[in-house]
Amino acid sequence: MSVASLKVNGRVHKVDVDPKCPLLYVLRDNLELNNPRFGCGVGQCGACTVLVDNHAVRSCQLTVASAVGKEIVTLEGLENAGKPHPVQAAFIAEQTFQCGYCLNGWVMTTKALLDRNPSPSDVEMRNAFESLVCRCGSHVGIFAAVRRASESAKRSA
Amino acid sequence: MAPKLAVSRREFVKDAGGLLIGFSLADSAVLPRVLAAASPESIAAPSPSRLDSWLRIDKEGIVHVFTGKPEIGMGVSTAYAQIVAEELDVPVDRVVLVMADTATTTNQGGVGGSTSIMLGSKPLRNAAANARYMLTQLASRRLGVPVEQLDVTDGIVSVKGSAKGDATKSVSYAELASAGDLNDALKVSGDGFSLNVVGEGKPKDPSEYTVVGRPVPREDLPPKILGHFKYVTDVRVLGMLHGRVIRPSGVGAAFVSLDDSSAKAIPAYVKTVVKGNFVGVVAENEWAAIQAAKAVKVTWTAPQRAFPEQKDLYAYMRSAQVKASKETLRRGDSAAALTSAAKKVEASYEFPFQSHATMGPGCAVADVHTDGITTVWSGGQKPHDLQKGFAELLRVPIDTVRVIWAEDAGSYGRPGFEDAAADAVLLSEAAGKPVRVQWMREDMTAWGTKGPAVLCDLSAALDAQGEATAVEFTSRAFSGGETHFRPGDAGNYLGAQLTGIPNTSGVDEFAQWGVESPPYVFQNVLATAHVIPAFHDSASPLRTTHLRDPEGPATSFAVESFMDEIAAAAGADPIEFRLKHLTEPRAKAVLAAAAQKAGWDTRTSPKKGASSSGDVATGRGIGLSTRNGTYVATVAEVEVNRKTGAVRVTRFVCAHDCGLIINPEALRTTIEANLIQSLGRSLKEEVTFDRSNVTSMDWVTYPVARASDVPDRVEVVLINHPELPSSGAGEPSSRATAAAIANAVFDATGARVRQAPLTPARVKAALDGVRSL
Repeated sequence: MSVASLKVNGRVHKVDVDPKCPLLYVLRDNLELNNPRFGCGVGQCGACTVLVDNHAVRSCQLTVASAVGKEIVTLEGLENAGKPHPVQAAFIAEQTFQCGYCLNGWVMTTKALLDRNPSPSDVEMRNAFESLVCRCGSHVGIFAAVRRASESAKRSA
Repeated sequence: MAPKLAVSRREFVKDAGGLLIGFSLADSAVLPRVLAAASPESIAAPSPSRLDSWLRIDKEGIVHVFTGKPEIGMGVSTAYAQIVAEELDVPVDRVVLVMADTATTTNQGGVGGSTSIMLGSKPLRNAAANARYMLTQLASRRLGVPVEQLDVTDGIVSVKGSAKGDATKSVSYAELASAGDLNDALKVSGDGFSLNVVGEGKPKDPSEYTVVGRPVPREDLPPKILGHFKYVTDVRVLGMLHGRVIRPSGVGAAFVSLDDSSAKAIPAYVKTVVKGNFVGVVAENEWAAIQAAKAVKVTWTAPQRAFPEQKDLYAYMRSAQVKASKETLRRGDSAAALTSAAKKVEASYEFPFQSHATMGPGCAVADVHTDGITTVWSGGQKPHDLQKGFAELLRVPIDTVRVIWAEDAGSYGRPGFEDAAADAVLLSEAAGKPVRVQWMREDMTAWGTKGPAVLCDLSAALDAQGEATAVEFTSRAFSGGETHFRPGDAGNYLGAQLTGIPNTSGVDEFAQWGVESPPYVFQNVLATAHVIPAFHDSASPLRTTHLRDPEGPATSFAVESFMDEIAAAAGADPIEFRLKHLTEPRAKAVLAAAAQKAGWDTRTSPKKGASSSGDVATGRGIGLSTRNGTYVATVAEVEVNRKTGAVRVTRFVCAHDCGLIINPEALRTTIEANLIQSLGRSLKEEVTFDRSNVTSMDWVTYPVARASDVPDRVEVVLINHPELPSSGAGEPSSRATAAAIANAVFDATGARVRQAPLTPARVKAALDGVRSL
């Protein structure tokens, strides 16, 4: 065990944990941030996605030690002063998702995608999402929400 | 007695510190559910004959609805809110639901069989109608005018024609509810799914509906998308330990010994629990539990070779001794018709074991007190059955066990959330502390319950004019219920079976044609279903249970593929052939609606040029499914890569009729998701195994639909029948997908694939078969 300093959603937290512990369990169990979710623990589904320096990263595959000094953002950190992030607003407007357990991965990956490529083509979008799982099959609504978020980003640009 | 909430805010706050520190009081989205969870007056189930067991109005005018049904991700909670808001004439956002807590909600049998709207909404509608009746009676007395002269708008009862806001001519539900006794006895009928109540107040006529039928946004989605929602994975109880299970080395392997010396070096490791062949670890945090489960070395006896080689599965099923048989349809003399047929069509179809493989592996929290009150939080879709089963497992009275449902990842039947909860119960009992268990991925995919493998043989007779005169159907399948879909006894759970408790409640559930299947009319029909025995009777990773629409996808794959094969033999268009053998108007209407939306080109399959040698062939196929009053027709358009055998669905059109639609938007998204999930089941999903173990462990070894598989267009046609009762929508649109795709592959290439999933290798083999002819 050792004390690590993690910057999550703009706040610095000191946690006394095994430095080899994946970030996921520290976010969930030490910081009580629920939205990075355990789906597979082997980086195949994306349910645990967080933004690390604005890149979508699987927190089940990232040790606490290697997250130190990085800007970490979870789904909880997307809202700004109580206002939904435009990506969240787009998913809400499209009424996307069934159970929603996977949505953390889709919403965070969409944010990272649109920040780099505000107008992804259909192929670019599918490529960015190929490593994510939605077991319920809500993909039609997911694609519609990404297009909506892309349009709204263009309008406000 | 005045109606009141189950708990006051003060009582809740008093208990919150000790019980549910993970939930925030400020979080309005979860507050109602937490209120119910935190501190009821009693943990005995409420009586369905009391109105306040179903519905309460608080002094702010919020309508609290109590239902034994959980929300499993298809929007049923919003639909219920609409139904109650409609009957009471209150805004839909003033209705909040308390769902599926055994201490505060009646036993409605949980979720199952796509019945939550069809049956489960009835007592809510009737209770709300009765509440409106009683409230308007009270208002009549208070305002001194007959009920006929009263109107209700947004929960305010006022004299017709009075000025808005005239306090002498109006009174709110909130005022009325706090002054009067709303607990007139309701008449109760049925139980489980069929539980219903009626009072003196009668529901509205559907022609008056203004809230039901509207696309009200799902109440659960904004909190989920904004990250405020709490799933069962997020329940935290003071002093809670984390558990992980260690499964045997294979089916039938017995525990011999363990060495936890390495685990003892892990800080926060607490202990290893062994009970028969059930082994689990507990630790003070989740990471330590995961590490400890890996570090503990368990020695097992050699597993049994209980399973055949996977490649021999269907040959095994064909030769296995039948355990039970059932004739489901008989009309005329099909044997005679087949003997005298001018032409016979015969085919066999194979459908594999499939896994629920929920997005999150099963998770639960159990706080066991065998000398007091035990509480279990689980996402299992039948909490009242879990209550009974856990009482039996702990050998305590049922009224000392409380199961609180909290949403888990999907469900799709009896996925194993029930087994994960039993694991938590066993570990909490042994540790003497609350324990949270979340399974690892392989615990879910490899050791979770399975949908059964099904083999169907079909034959048809055509006369000299090419008319189909007879059809015979015979299935040989593993039961759909080796593990009973109602988890109401101790032997139902994997962990319990590992402790040595036998599974005694399994049932023979047949893969049948003729019950809940398209009502085709042939002169001569014989349908028979056989069940073959489970590979292994206890704690098998290939134990079967309900997986979304139990046998529907398998039998529909067979029957709807075969209808196409007969149509081709008869030289008929696949839709015209079906229409010719149907009399039910609603079945015909969904076919016509799908055909029209898809721009169906009426002709025989395969299409002209299907046997050409271009790399990519395109085609279209149809599948019809019916289930308990719901009618679905699905058109699939596909591209088939002749070189690789890869199939891509480019378009789905799905026409759907489930009677009265409560919420068209939530219905549409549910159908879309069913189509995509069943697309994965049609093209990719197949549980793999060796002689002793399931080898589908994760998302690589058990692939499901991914972004690249999603069709370019998915179009849903909703057919509304306000004059008919609602039927189910949670499952029917997952039925016909595999056949629609297989039929489209045949249309494109002339190659018939009769084994699901339609992997590139199987399609390639079928293509090579066509080419070699």
